[in-house]
Amino acid sequence: MEKVNEMAADIVLDLRADKVVESVKQGKRLDGRKFDEYRKITIKHNISENADGSARVTLGETDVIAGVKIVPGDPFPDSPKEGSISVGIEFLPLASPLFETGPPGSEETELARVVDRGIRESKCIDFGELCIEEGKKVWVAYIDMYTMNDDGNLFDASSIAALAALTQARIPKLEIEGDSYKIVKGEYAKKLGLARKPLLCTTTKIAGHLVNDACFAEEKAMEARFSVATTEDGYMSAYQKGGSGSFTAKEIDECIDLAFAKAKEIRKLL
Amino acid sequence: MSKKKDETIEYVKNGKRLDGRGLEELRPLKIEAGVLSRADGSCALEWGQNKVVAAVYGPREALPKHIQNPYKALVNFQYRMATFSVPDRKNPRPGRREMEISKISGEALEKAIFLERFPNTTIDVFVEILDSNAGTRVAALAAASVALADAGIPMRDMVSAVGVGKAGGEVILDLNKDEEDAPDAVDIPLAILPRTEEIVLLQMDGLLRPEEWKKAIALGIKGCKQVYGVQKEALRKKYLEAEKEEAEPNTEAAAHGEGE
Repeated sequence: MEKVNEMAADIVLDLRADKVVESVKQGKRLDGRKFDEYRKITIKHNISENADGSARVTLGETDVIAGVKIVPGDPFPDSPKEGSISVGIEFLPLASPLFETGPPGSEETELARVVDRGIRESKCIDFGELCIEEGKKVWVAYIDMYTMNDDGNLFDASSIAALAALTQARIPKLEIEGDSYKIVKGEYAKKLGLARKPLLCTTTKIAGHLVNDACFAEEKAMEARFSVATTEDGYMSAYQKGGSGSFTAKEIDECIDLAFAKAKEIRKLL
Repeated sequence: MSKKKDETIEYVKNGKRLDGRGLEELRPLKIEAGVLSRADGSCALEWGQNKVVAAVYGPREALPKHIQNPYKALVNFQYRMATFSVPDRKNPRPGRREMEISKISGEALEKAIFLERFPNTTIDVFVEILDSNAGTRVAALAAASVALADAGIPMRDMVSAVGVGKAGGEVILDLNKDEEDAPDAVDIPLAILPRTEEIVLLQMDGLLRPEEWKKAIALGIKGCKQVYGVQKEALRKKYLEAEKEEAEPNTEAAAHGEGE
């Protein structure tokens, strides 16, 4: 893209951010939502036949796809009886004029790691169940996500997409001959099975107010964000504060309450 | 990665932890400001087994030019671990973990620095972990903050950081590696601006209840303020020494590092 266009786009974004701030100060959001209101969420399962589980999630105009592939892999030396998960996201350039092709940047890395922690630390997947042969082979569930359209709050959209894909995910049938482990294409041994449904809820701080599910223009105006992964049985499994602003301990408590309430609603859609 | 340790370990016994500390006790913390002569500001920090060196360069022109912000300085924080700083040799290439830590640590410092005074510049903060035993990111941030002050960069406040969390069913301060590996371990890196208690860095992983969080945050803020005390003392010590050297003008060391 030409630099001139980029600069023009930057200026427009700055102007829109000013409008967002002005509006929030008056207790309103530009699109008329309440401060804690999410945009419409849609979840479509099984969007890829070849994936072992997949989903496409929209959050307003934000659009994310998640696909799971479960493959035999080597166990970590310090946990020979345990399988594992791996979470990745690519900000595809088709999803935003600001995304570029290339190795994952710090935004992508942060997002993927936070979604990973929310799932992993909730212990919703029993890694012991993913053992094929102790010390030799274990199942590794790769959860790979791709942005289709970025209109803000990719954290929550990705978290929903990852969980939606996991709820569908099945472990392939395996043929073992000596040291060779071969997946039988198109056949499955069992469902992956989730003991809990951890979901991330992100609250942004704009002009000193707490605002949920920020759209892209609102993200440009935010001072900071705080994400909390919660489970249906009252646990939290991950926190992440991002952005250059700060939160008071009281605000963090409010974010936690919001996270439990919002995740409960979203969980019904899964 | 794996958190399977011997489940029979008693992480807390009679109010004492595995290493003999109380529940709310920090590991020994030593901070020294101004340890590298080429850097604009620097700091060496030892916190239990953790050993960290931080250097600050800048504010200096941000390059390439298109990354410049005409309204404020950028903070470029780079957290790196030496290959020998962990039990197994670490791949020297910066990994995803280092990338994430660098990003959120830089953001944590942004709130403290008067960035708007230095448009189009970058403030580079380099932190190298030389030895580690849990809690290196908060050690890195505490060291970076002292290095920034040492560089004379105007700040609203220090950034003080500590790890808080849970092991063996108890909420505890400043977890070490054994505690971080407990089956029920929860790790909460926290950084605040100590004067206002504004939270500038907060992460958590593990399974935590809201009631436990309430205890943890209170303990974490207390811990940060203790770290703040050590940070201030390190700076005070350095400037007292500088003053002394100024009084005896024939010493060479007084010449550099100051007044930029």
